[in-house]
Amino acid sequence: MAAPMQSLTAVSPLTLRIVAECPVTKARACELALPHCTVSTPVFMPVGTQGTLKGITVDQLESLGCQICLGNTYHLGMRPGPELIEKANGLHGFMNWKRNLLTDSGGFQMVSLVELSEVTEEGVRFKSPYDGKEILLSPEKSVSIQNSLGSDIMMQLDDVVSSTVSGPRVEEAMHRSIRWLDRCIAANKNPDKQNLFAIIQGGLNAELRRACLEEMTKRDVPGFAIGGLSGGEEKDDFWRMVTLSTDHLPREKPRYLMGVGYAVDLVVCVALGCDMFDCVFPTRTARFGSALVPWGSVQVKHKQYAKDFQPIDPDCQCPTCKRHSRAYLHALFKSDTAAMHHITIHNISYQLSLMRSVRQSIVEGRFPQFIQTFMRRMFLSRDQYPSWAVDALASVNITLE
Amino acid sequence: MHLELTRVVQGSGRLGVLRGLSRTRPHHSLETPGCLLYTHLGSVPHLTQDTLHTLKDLPSVTQVTLSDIAEHQEVLESFKEGFRKFAGLHDTVLYCSLHDPAALCPAGYTTNKTVSVWGSGGRMELTVTKFMSLQKCTQPDWYTSMADGETWQVNTTRKRVRKSVDRTLAHLDECLLLHHKLPELEEVSVFGVVEGGDIVDERLRSARETAKRPVVGFCLDGFQTGFMEPSVRAQLIAAVTEELPEDKPRLLPGVGRPDEVLACVEAGVDVFEGFFPFQVTERGCALCFRFDVTPDPESAGRAPPAVLELNKEEEVVRNGNVNRDDQTQMTPFEINLKDKRYEDDFGPLVKGCGCYSCQNHQRAYLHHLLVTNELLAGVLLMIHNTSHYLGFFKALRAALASDQLELLKRRVMEAGGRESD
Repeated sequence: MAAPMQSLTAVSPLTLRIVAECPVTKARACELALPHCTVSTPVFMPVGTQGTLKGITVDQLESLGCQICLGNTYHLGMRPGPELIEKANGLHGFMNWKRNLLTDSGGFQMVSLVELSEVTEEGVRFKSPYDGKEILLSPEKSVSIQNSLGSDIMMQLDDVVSSTVSGPRVEEAMHRSIRWLDRCIAANKNPDKQNLFAIIQGGLNAELRRACLEEMTKRDVPGFAIGGLSGGEEKDDFWRMVTLSTDHLPREKPRYLMGVGYAVDLVVCVALGCDMFDCVFPTRTARFGSALVPWGSVQVKHKQYAKDFQPIDPDCQCPTCKRHSRAYLHALFKSDTAAMHHITIHNISYQLSLMRSVRQSIVEGRFPQFIQTFMRRMFLSRDQYPSWAVDALASVNITLE
Repeated sequence: MHLELTRVVQGSGRLGVLRGLSRTRPHHSLETPGCLLYTHLGSVPHLTQDTLHTLKDLPSVTQVTLSDIAEHQEVLESFKEGFRKFAGLHDTVLYCSLHDPAALCPAGYTTNKTVSVWGSGGRMELTVTKFMSLQKCTQPDWYTSMADGETWQVNTTRKRVRKSVDRTLAHLDECLLLHHKLPELEEVSVFGVVEGGDIVDERLRSARETAKRPVVGFCLDGFQTGFMEPSVRAQLIAAVTEELPEDKPRLLPGVGRPDEVLACVEAGVDVFEGFFPFQVTERGCALCFRFDVTPDPESAGRAPPAVLELNKEEEVVRNGNVNRDDQTQMTPFEINLKDKRYEDDFGPLVKGCGCYSCQNHQRAYLHHLLVTNELLAGVLLMIHNTSHYLGFFKALRAALASDQLELLKRRVMEAGGRESD
């Protein structure tokens, strides 16, 4: 059992207790104690971009067993703004969520959403899409907003570069991210209540990644995220960077792999040593009628389900599957938004159940068998298994049958 | 089905309980005046079971419409076990109406033998045969007979009104004939529909003739909000109800505003459709009008608060072409949460409201959700608006029971109630 490596001055806002480690892979099952409650890892964190999880109440989210979810600093920083949220007792008070919140830095949206953004050593300069004003998102500003939001975990502002970019820009971004990490650490007004995570960069370049890991792990941060991946790069490169990162991250601190949410990716990356994940995919795809199931997905809006009177997944215990059929949901999509909410609930339930099962199998020492069963269920045959997954699992001693 | 009247005050409405709504669910009853639970294909708009059941004392009757159901006929016929089971509705009475009260139908599509409904795929034409085959696969507990209610346009001729009465009676007779041939509908009740536009003779004729048929209640069609002057409507309803048996319920479709509900209760209506909370929700508003009638010690002795002057707050709709926008315009009974003034208002939607939204969230949060176009806004507003509206009906029944209807009317119309700070 690991002893938490935090400063002994005040009660630490984060404590990681490793409950079990898989003897075959790099997977761990842990208890992550955070200010609002303890989170069991591995964990999938649903994304509630604008201080709400698309159509789902906080009660519903709590009932599904969610212990931590995300809010977006960029969106909330724009509307309604940090001053208002402070007045409302932070994001927890504003949305009335009693469990944990993680906020990202706003860096990713800067680059992905904003047309004309310019990155300098100061920060990211851009034009607000709402009123055209020029804004500078610096490490200090990002942390200041996140301090106002009061999230339990905050992310450093990193210099985000698309994973499909290569060359000197990647190196520049990696070094800058280290400098910005130090500025974020210095700017954090609430280190006793809010945990600032570093984000490992370096693109798909092993040397750069290693350099970043070496530098960032020198800083006393409560946790590390693996960033700059999950953005359209080849899966073969993706997993290699993930495993390289977990190889060089401290065992006693949580590893958060940003932007990963497909079931197969989750299972593989748990095997590679990651503890925390987030992705908009499950909730976004729900609104398009795509229900996630152990064998892939059920596209409820497709004609073939019009007369299918089974639930989405007969084995699923979520409120949607316990009461409604595919046929009803198919029909409801033509009449009311409630159809989206039903699928959203199901998809969150699927993701959280998946992680619970993964965790349980690690605790019971049967994660390798779990992986085999999972893959068999998900794919029609062995030759359908994605080769990157086969390779990634082989690298942690799992030979897929 | 039968209506047990507990109190009748001439010109002031009737209090009662509707029993025997469902032979398979005999314990269900509906207190009258009351409203039905409005749904889209069996789901209260925006709500799933969890969010719906944060509400207490839901109406025991769920309304579905053929405009939602018609396009799914084949599916229901494959399913065989009726709409209630298809929709995952467990313990509710199911009422099936022809039209959706929140969606106005375009005119010009009714014929001697058919009426039209609009679904997601467009217009569907219904003969009585098709109408009844829909009832057969839906298997509601009660439905209103097929009717021609297209009498609201400006310049509707007397001839056209007469035709709507004739056709509706013919449809009713045909429906009843087919009804008795269908074993699936053995336990199901039928309401006749009274037409007649704004022509009193036709209204009386329709009422008398419909009352001769073996129906368990009456739907007073063609009085929807905006179709005619409220005073004309009240007179006509009063005249019509004189012709109807006292012990059979009167349902008034398409009327939902609290002031109109009160006026129509006084004219003798028992049951209303519960679509008004949905309309308020769709425009990002929250109902906030007061309906408490216990005398307020703080205001005793002071001048009575200003009564809402409707002429200034909204256009009075004369008997004319119903403008769709009239239905979507804000009423004096709600606040518009998109308004900037609510940006930093950390109070509940309505002080003292026990609904989930008011107990858990603030106006500022709702404002944010609306400004950012978030789906949760619809969920929270629907919960609150439904709760508030049901509270109003409860207060209405209590006021009738204790002779305080006048007080309730004044309270509902108070302008100060809008801010409720």
